[in-house]
Amino acid sequence: MAISISQVEYVAKLAKLKLTEEEKIDYAKNLSAVLDYMEHLKEIDTRNVVATTHVLPLQNVFREDVVKPGLPIKEALANAPDQQDGYFKVPRIL
Amino acid sequence: MTQYETVIGLEFHAELKTKTKIFCSCPTDFSAEPNTHVCPVCLGLPGVLPVLNKRAVELAIKAGLALNCQISHLSKFDRKNYFYPDLPKGYQVTQFPLPICTNGYLIIKDDAGNDKRIRINRIHLEEDAGKLVHSGTTIATSAYSLPDYNRAAVPLIEIVTEPDLSSAEEAKNFAEMLKLTLQYAAVSDVKMEQGSLRCDVNISLRPQGQKELGVKTEIKNLNSFRSILRAVAYEQTRQTEALDNGERIIQETLTWDDDNGTAFSMRSKEDAHDYHYFPEPDLVPTIVEQDWIDEVAKELPELPQKRKYRLVDQYGLSDYDASTIVNNPVLALFFDRVLYHYDDPKTVANWLLGEISRLVKSSEEEIEMISLKPDDVAYLLTQVKEGAINNNSAKAVLEEMFQTGKEPDAIIKEKGFAQISDTSALQDAVKAVISANPQPVADYRQGKKQALGFLLGQIMKATGGQANPQAVREILINALDNE
Repeated sequence: MAISISQVEYVAKLAKLKLTEEEKIDYAKNLSAVLDYMEHLKEIDTRNVVATTHVLPLQNVFREDVVKPGLPIKEALANAPDQQDGYFKVPRIL
Repeated sequence: MTQYETVIGLEFHAELKTKTKIFCSCPTDFSAEPNTHVCPVCLGLPGVLPVLNKRAVELAIKAGLALNCQISHLSKFDRKNYFYPDLPKGYQVTQFPLPICTNGYLIIKDDAGNDKRIRINRIHLEEDAGKLVHSGTTIATSAYSLPDYNRAAVPLIEIVTEPDLSSAEEAKNFAEMLKLTLQYAAVSDVKMEQGSLRCDVNISLRPQGQKELGVKTEIKNLNSFRSILRAVAYEQTRQTEALDNGERIIQETLTWDDDNGTAFSMRSKEDAHDYHYFPEPDLVPTIVEQDWIDEVAKELPELPQKRKYRLVDQYGLSDYDASTIVNNPVLALFFDRVLYHYDDPKTVANWLLGEISRLVKSSEEEIEMISLKPDDVAYLLTQVKEGAINNNSAKAVLEEMFQTGKEPDAIIKEKGFAQISDTSALQDAVKAVISANPQPVADYRQGKKQALGFLLGQIMKATGGQANPQAVREILINALDNE
């Protein structure tokens, strides 16, 4: 299951990552190895196995619809690299 | 010229009427100062765990029942990954392969006025994104954006239809029926202009008779029924012209510009969506057993379609009157409440759609804001029926009730509207009119029956219009025939 350089570039683009040419080669190799390993799963007969929805043996963990105080705005914005008038400030993205 | 068939599917996002967000306890009301209804969970800070709001699940089930869906025994959440600053976590928590509701339908009117069943593919639960305020007038002219995360993670249901709609009018009819149904079910505020109900349209054309669907475009940002109509018509024309010129339709997302009546492309093709959905590991599956569905079903009121049948088939109202009442849930509830105390649906409908609607309209108030009480209206109608006051006085009383919120009895007494039904008082008036008008009396006794109308008019005049006409007539005829 070889991953091509163009597939690496596509995934990097979706993840907004900038990769050097060496990194692309490196990731193509590493990702291929990961996927090859996953290929082993195909050796198992899963025809009678129900798809896993979660690894924990839990279901229906709910909260009641009751308001609780959140963060004061000062704390909410504390880690923002930039802010203005109570808003986070970010570069425009088209 | 090729004849094309239009194929339309709709997607709606409706904000659920919960007090808190879907995965945290922050409030959902949107009038607050920016970024004051946020917490580590909805801001996507590291190390937090979302916990599902039970009420959001119930409202989604309720919407599913109202839209004739199957409620899934097992549903779960997934992450839809994309980067945009209105999404603090870098992914939206939604439901992909296992939505909470599937296979529903709504019945609407087609262009010929016949019933048409529009299938609903699915309803899934998800979180809303935040709001971006742009520094310039549009995003393109802005140097930067200002995210407000108060709306981030407000619970939404997304409702997706099958491509069963074939005209702009049908799309609008569906949107209206969906809005009304969600409104009756009290699942969402469904205010399109405020964004608590949003609609996207998928539209494609195919030559008449062709089986395969054509390439579709998606139009976003439709915030009124009128813009749905206009956008579909616009895109129909654009696609027809393109196909006639031998061009290929490109699958793309368009934004509707309501001011200019045009749609423009939002994303180019090379940025096609690839959301890399995967299961949300922080949330466990939701199992809905039948007894929970039954509990939720108890909350559902009579829905608009059934309600309309009741008004037409059981009460004999006209289709038009029934629609006018049912299309306004507040009016419909008012109607039922008056009817509870005054069991004459046609009279109640006449007053509601006549005088009461006129008063509401002239006051420029919303009907939900008016102080008129249904049992007071029922009392007033009963007074008319029993002959205690006449129709015209009742209108005046109603207006006074509407303006002041006073009880009808008090107004009737205060204004002296009570009809004189007291026989002795009427007999005096009749005697006086008979002796003052010997000529018409003689005419009547010689067989000129039209003289009766004149004499009746004189008595009504003498009593200031407050005599009960029915009673006066009886007493007068009796006096003329026997004396």
